[in-house]
Amino acid sequence: MDNLLRVENLETHFFTYGGIVKAVDNVSFELSEGEVLGLVGESGSGKSMTCLSILRLIPDSAKIVGGKIIYHNEDILSWPKNKLIHYRGEQVAMILQEPMTALNPVVTIGHQIEETLLQHENISKKEANNKAIDLMRMVGIPVPERRIKEYPHQFSGGMRQRVMIAIALSCRPKILLADEPTTALDVTIQDQIIRLVRDLQKEIGMSVVWVTHDLGVVAQLCDRVAVMYAGRIVEMAKVIELYENSRHPYTLGLLESVPAGGNRYKNKLIPIPGTPPNLANLPQGCAFKPRCRFATDECDNPRIPLVKVSPDHYTACVRYEEIWK
Amino acid sequence: MNTQITKGVSYESEPILQVRGLCKTFVLRKSLIRQMVGIRPDYLRAVHNVNMDIYSGECLGLVGESGCGKTTLGRCILRLYEPDAGQVLYKGKDFLKMKGDEILQMRRIMQVVFQDPYSSLNPRQITQDIIGEPSLVHKISTKKEIIDRVADLLSLVGLNPEIMVRYPHELSGGQRQRVGLARALSVNPKLIIADEPVSALDVSIQAQVINLLLDLQEKLNLTMLFITHDLRLVKYVSHRIAVMYLGNIVEMATSDEIFSDPLHPYTRALLNAAPNINPRLRKTTEPIKGEPQSPINMGNGCPFYTRCELSTSICAEQEPQLREVRPGHFVACYLVQ
Repeated sequence: MDNLLRVENLETHFFTYGGIVKAVDNVSFELSEGEVLGLVGESGSGKSMTCLSILRLIPDSAKIVGGKIIYHNEDILSWPKNKLIHYRGEQVAMILQEPMTALNPVVTIGHQIEETLLQHENISKKEANNKAIDLMRMVGIPVPERRIKEYPHQFSGGMRQRVMIAIALSCRPKILLADEPTTALDVTIQDQIIRLVRDLQKEIGMSVVWVTHDLGVVAQLCDRVAVMYAGRIVEMAKVIELYENSRHPYTLGLLESVPAGGNRYKNKLIPIPGTPPNLANLPQGCAFKPRCRFATDECDNPRIPLVKVSPDHYTACVRYEEIWK
Repeated sequence: MNTQITKGVSYESEPILQVRGLCKTFVLRKSLIRQMVGIRPDYLRAVHNVNMDIYSGECLGLVGESGCGKTTLGRCILRLYEPDAGQVLYKGKDFLKMKGDEILQMRRIMQVVFQDPYSSLNPRQITQDIIGEPSLVHKISTKKEIIDRVADLLSLVGLNPEIMVRYPHELSGGQRQRVGLARALSVNPKLIIADEPVSALDVSIQAQVINLLLDLQEKLNLTMLFITHDLRLVKYVSHRIAVMYLGNIVEMATSDEIFSDPLHPYTRALLNAAPNINPRLRKTTEPIKGEPQSPINMGNGCPFYTRCELSTSICAEQEPQLREVRPGHFVACYLVQ
């Protein structure tokens, strides 16, 4: 498979009164054509910031201070701003977590879908309208001819997320960045949305980066997974390899701390002790060390690199050889 | 009730709490002008004719999707909302008929842990006052003893007693939820209603709080109603599970039976929709179609018939009642024999 997108040593920092917060700290990964990559981590681990950096949509208080984002052999970080218009939306699109706040409440659904089409494609308003109806039908919104005239408050959460997907897919992007798109939804609706994205991904042949903290969703949807902790990727592997042969204590801890079908009398949960670290005040070495049961003095070495365990399996742990599930 | 490996649960004796025919309807858009022109207000049926028993020492899981009325049911049992009809019998006495001091007594016996640890603690009180206040109200300890009492409670929930001088904003989410739990336990309750106690917490913290809650339940012999939308979690914590859909309990059975032999079409759809954590077991079945109907001004039929593939004409007309189809296994569906 060809690399569609390559992120190299990306550094996105926030400059706050409390010091520099390294939201994304030396993150590198590749995305192949037609691949679904899961980006897993807790709140504040830098997974959303990674996505926003790829689109160069980070907030004003943050800055990309290093690294490269290579798309089709060009570093988009070196592009002038006006060149990004045809990159955002046409090449790379994003769906956000909150379908309630991502849509404009005073503009009709149809207008919001057509707006993207008119911006990026040279078509008439009439054609845009027809295309919007087709898109709504594609994402499974019933009676699109009528619903296109309605406003976001007339849509349920699941339907709004479908509208977001329709907008994101309107220009047939090569890459879809999905930032926790189902976290706010019920399980039966989440199931429908996951199925929809999986079907559309196969149909259009796009690549997907799916950001989530739900290990069940990752298991069902993703080809490959990158686990993030405190702004860094700590482990990256094919999904089955990661779940069955995890080589990082944090990944292992996550897998042991969610119920996998057992009950309180058998397969007792093993929690990860402690709390996630303060990003403004990270230790020199491995950020997970204070919570890690495998920790040694070696873990204080600055910049523990991602090492290759096996083809396609990388981990940032000095004791990976001793870690077995 | 069949026998199962459960420590401290006694299914042979009378249930500690019996809920009978509990109903709660919220009236929406009721204005004088609408009344004058003769428009009836909208009714939202949040809890509809709920019957259930909770046995001493057990953990009953209440599972359902957002808006199905599980939180409202919990609040009705506590009389944080006044139910419209029905009974909440604690050891045979109806809580809903009680007045004055009796209510205060029941409030001591039944305590609650709320979902959101960021809004359920008073931001202007220090932890010591948050946890100590219920003990003072219920005259469990005097002002002199209160610091020792709070220190004991904090160690009970695994916190350092030093944090008692801190404000909630100085604590992490997991710590706050532990404070909420310590506050609930401060009055030596018999029954805890835990309303999504971990869903606002980070994944790595959830297991800490769950294990603490279950350890304390066994240690203090508490009875628990555990409200959640997370199916894997409800299976993990519960002895028995009640499944709710649009204000109705549609199925209730032991945890093992719900998962190995679900009978109600909604329970089946719900279990099928929950993402399996094993990447080798990828789902191939089709997801359930549609969305829950609006709970406003609902008709008389089965609440699930709009999405049910098996529904027949009677499902739309008359609501099925919860009945015992096997010992200890209750279902509200016409199609289950």
